Amino acid sequence: MRAAVVVFPGSNCDRDLAVAFEQAGADVTMVWHKDSELPQGIDIVGIPGGFSYGDYLRCGAIAANSPICKSVAAHAGRGGYVMGICNGFQVLTETGLLPGALLRNAGLKYICKTVGLKVVTSASDFTAGYNAGDVIDIPIAHHDGNYFADAETIATLKGEDRIAFTYTDNPNGAQADIAGILSENRRVLGMMPHPERAADAGHGGTDGVALFRALAGALTTA
Amino acid sequence: MKARVHVMLKNGVLDPQGEAVRHALGAMGFDGVQGVRQGKVIELDLAEGSTQADVEQMCEKLLANTVIESYTVEMV
Repeated sequence: MRAAVVVFPGSNCDRDLAVAFEQAGADVTMVWHKDSELPQGIDIVGIPGGFSYGDYLRCGAIAANSPICKSVAAHAGRGGYVMGICNGFQVLTETGLLPGALLRNAGLKYICKTVGLKVVTSASDFTAGYNAGDVIDIPIAHHDGNYFADAETIATLKGEDRIAFTYTDNPNGAQADIAGILSENRRVLGMMPHPERAADAGHGGTDGVALFRALAGALTTA
Repeated sequence: MKARVHVMLKNGVLDPQGEAVRHALGAMGFDGVQGVRQGKVIELDLAEGSTQADVEQMCEKLLANTVIESYTVEMV
């Protein structure tokens, strides 16, 4: 698996994500936001958490219009894999690669804690390492993680089995308890919780490992 | 020339910041505030000849997220 991790000014989970990919066996290249092309032969692009461009205007809005994001959108358009975590999820909704938007948490507070996530579908290369219905413990750390989409979009996500994860105890007001969603071709995942922060015994939990291992298994180049 | 863009959360989208402001006003003794919606104002300095349609394009592409926000443009 060849992975690229995009670094924006203000990204702060980029190295954690790179380590999680590496521990699953990936070759990882860090890509700067001003680069206009991804390296050749990349299987998956990771958009990390953090505060790209200081969250100016709206979380993820400026990043979504940066030079590298055009290339990320083209990669997704060719059927390439993309994974956005936390701020990365916000960026993916702003680019339109995933539907909906992330609003301010309903309780107005920044929340940093480990939460229970229900794996809603195992039918994706991101979630194939879990069984549908499994509950895993993954940290969240966000101020704007309240997933919003119109009723029609929520119905489509449910109908097409594109909700990847839901919160067992909704911390932020997200519609339908949504913590993570998949694109129509199931190759783009956006999620607010941080699996890369539950990927090593030193993190206090390893429930995120199965996600990276499943990806590495699916994307191993023969 | 200048343009002023008002960006507001759409009706039906919960505005927790507006709600917090409403609660605070009530607690301060300002009775009768039934709702507060908080948005933002963006002022643009534009080259002569810029049109309202140009600014609307900017709103669609960057200044507003039309999934959750509505906008109005005022040329001043």
